[in-house]
Amino acid sequence: MTTLLEAAKVRHFFGGLCAVGDFNLDLQAGQLMGIIGPNGAGKTTIFNLITGVYRASEGNIRFNGTELVGKTPHQITALRIGRTFQNIRLFRDLSVLDNVRIAHYAQANYSPLEALFHIGRYRREEERIIENSQRLLSIFKLEALAGETARNLPYGMQRRLEIARALAIGPELLLLDEPAAGMNPNEIDQLMEFILWIRQEFKLTILLIEHQMKLVMGICERIKVLDFGETLAEGPPEAIQNDPKVLEAYLGEGPVG
Amino acid sequence: MTALLRNHWDWLLEQRWLLPVLVAIGFILAFAIPEYNLLNKYVQLVLMYVGINIILAVSLNLVNGYMGEFSLAHAGFMAVGAYTAALLTMKVLPIAAYPGLFPLAVLAGGLAAALLGLLVAIPSFKVRGDYLAIITLAFLMIVKSVIENIDFIGGPRGIPGIKKLTTLPWVFFWVVVSIWMVRNFVYSKYGRGVLSIREDEIASDLMSVNTRRVKFLAFMTSSFFAGIAGGLFAHLLQFISPRVFDIIKTTDILIMVYLGGIASITGSILGATLYTVMLEVLRPSTVAGLLSWLPDMVFNPLNEYFIRHLGVWRMVIMPLLLVLVMLYWPRGIMGLREFRGFIPRRDREAHHVLKIPKSGEMP
Ligand SMILES: Nc1ncnc2c1ncn2[C@@H]1O[C@H](COP(=O)(O)OP(=O)(O)OP(=O)(O)O)[C@@H](O)[C@H]1O
Ligand SMILES: [Mg+2]
Repeated sequence: MTTLLEAAKVRHFFGGLCAVGDFNLDLQAGQLMGIIGPNGAGKTTIFNLITGVYRASEGNIRFNGTELVGKTPHQITALRIGRTFQNIRLFRDLSVLDNVRIAHYAQANYSPLEALFHIGRYRREEERIIENSQRLLSIFKLEALAGETARNLPYGMQRRLEIARALAIGPELLLLDEPAAGMNPNEIDQLMEFILWIRQEFKLTILLIEHQMKLVMGICERIKVLDFGETLAEGPPEAIQNDPKVLEAYLGEGPVG
Repeated sequence: MTALLRNHWDWLLEQRWLLPVLVAIGFILAFAIPEYNLLNKYVQLVLMYVGINIILAVSLNLVNGYMGEFSLAHAGFMAVGAYTAALLTMKVLPIAAYPGLFPLAVLAGGLAAALLGLLVAIPSFKVRGDYLAIITLAFLMIVKSVIENIDFIGGPRGIPGIKKLTTLPWVFFWVVVSIWMVRNFVYSKYGRGVLSIREDEIASDLMSVNTRRVKFLAFMTSSFFAGIAGGLFAHLLQFISPRVFDIIKTTDILIMVYLGGIASITGSILGATLYTVMLEVLRPSTVAGLLSWLPDMVFNPLNEYFIRHLGVWRMVIMPLLLVLVMLYWPRGIMGLREFRGFIPRRDREAHHVLKIPKSGEMP
């Protein structure tokens, strides 16, 4: 096993507020790891630090040995890191197909001139993008809605489309921020199966944030517990479930909606 | 009956030859109209203004419509193109001997404007919305005052006596090129990048879109065609001065874009055409012509009033029109919709297709 994503002594401040303090991570290729912690623990901030939305105040983040701190989001994404958002952030006024096609930007191999004249590699690349987008949409059972405006999809489908869009990056690493938010227990069961399935199908390493204990305990191989931007505990689900520190800080309150 | 018509229409739009044939007919007409005086000189002139305004509206739509910014700099880019092209035809190129060099001058105007477009793109990396609008306004004012302060190019007096080199075929040519290129841009990864920036810039960046590069390209393409329009405009009006390219000019183009509808090439064509014709109708001479049936006793004072004040009223009515359109009709005539013939077949079909090779099935 090799380390895919590594974070060392990462700290991040918003003004005076320490959102992330001394975050360390060693994520093995192929692993499915969960991050849990109470509201405001800094979970989403960690995703934003990894993907370059914020630049870490201190520390290093390495992906496949490449330093990510200081890179822009599109550079980091082009290294094949896909993500979804806690609050769905689709391109709401664009079609379902275009949402997925846009995520092919870095892979589409043609120049501005070829685009302005529709010559050279333009045609072949566009066809390839459409084919791949349609393949993804059909996997997610959205192919019949390719021409639909994203905002018109029901909530559950929007969540699926967001994952399809993240997969269009061609990711090695997939970051899921609360994928089960707003789902009922039945839907969560389906989602769990689905995450395991895409992990296999697309050979993914997955890091996911989730409040739903059922999902986290059910599918994650390792779990990291955060509180006030600090790692409280880390280990396999069984160990976490019985860790007194965790019970006190987090599980004691019961799962947070 | 309507179903039958619709079927024919659908069939027609599916034909690959349709647009090339329309363009060919357009060219034939563009040559024939001035050659055989099929339309009177005034109508020919208006047609050329319509064409130039289409180029301006379609190119501004790239930034203000597709990308969702509010740039006020378009008249500034137009000025750069106009001055560059006019100086070339008057002082550099031997136009008298080789009139065929005119397109080179226009092209150079476009390139000069595109270069400046690069410059304006830079602040757009940092700021958006109102702040960027103010920066583009500042840019417009800087261009104007720079021109005013260079004596060599006429300063505030401008450049009179430019040769009338702009012809209907040249205008038509550049209209076709601008529509074709903006359309090509829009239906490419860069165009989708532009759209995604309008929707959610951070999400766009996180979906691997190089937003800076996309902004550079959008501003450059947009300002290039503003420069082209400027060159054509200068050689049609035969006189340019800094005052020609002020905020009023920008406002005109903004109205065309928002009236026609954002993120729509068809919209910009319609908006530019409607607006240009409307402006012509609001000229004192046209109004006088329309009212000439009135008895002299009523007509004469009215006419005098219009000659004196219609210009001022225009300055009130037009910005008001812009405000009203943006408030109550934000999508304009064609907002976010497009004439099917402009959408590449590949794109259209991909939005419908159901027969997809399946590689895997979700559990
Ligand atoms: N852009 C920002 N500016 C200032 N403070 C921020 C910003 N983003 C997050 N914070 C703060 O940083 C802390 C961590 O926020 P974060 O969103 O990472 O929490 P979280 O663990 O994802 O919480 P939740 O479970 O509610 O999603 C919070 O106190 C939050 O208010
Ligand atoms: Mg969060």
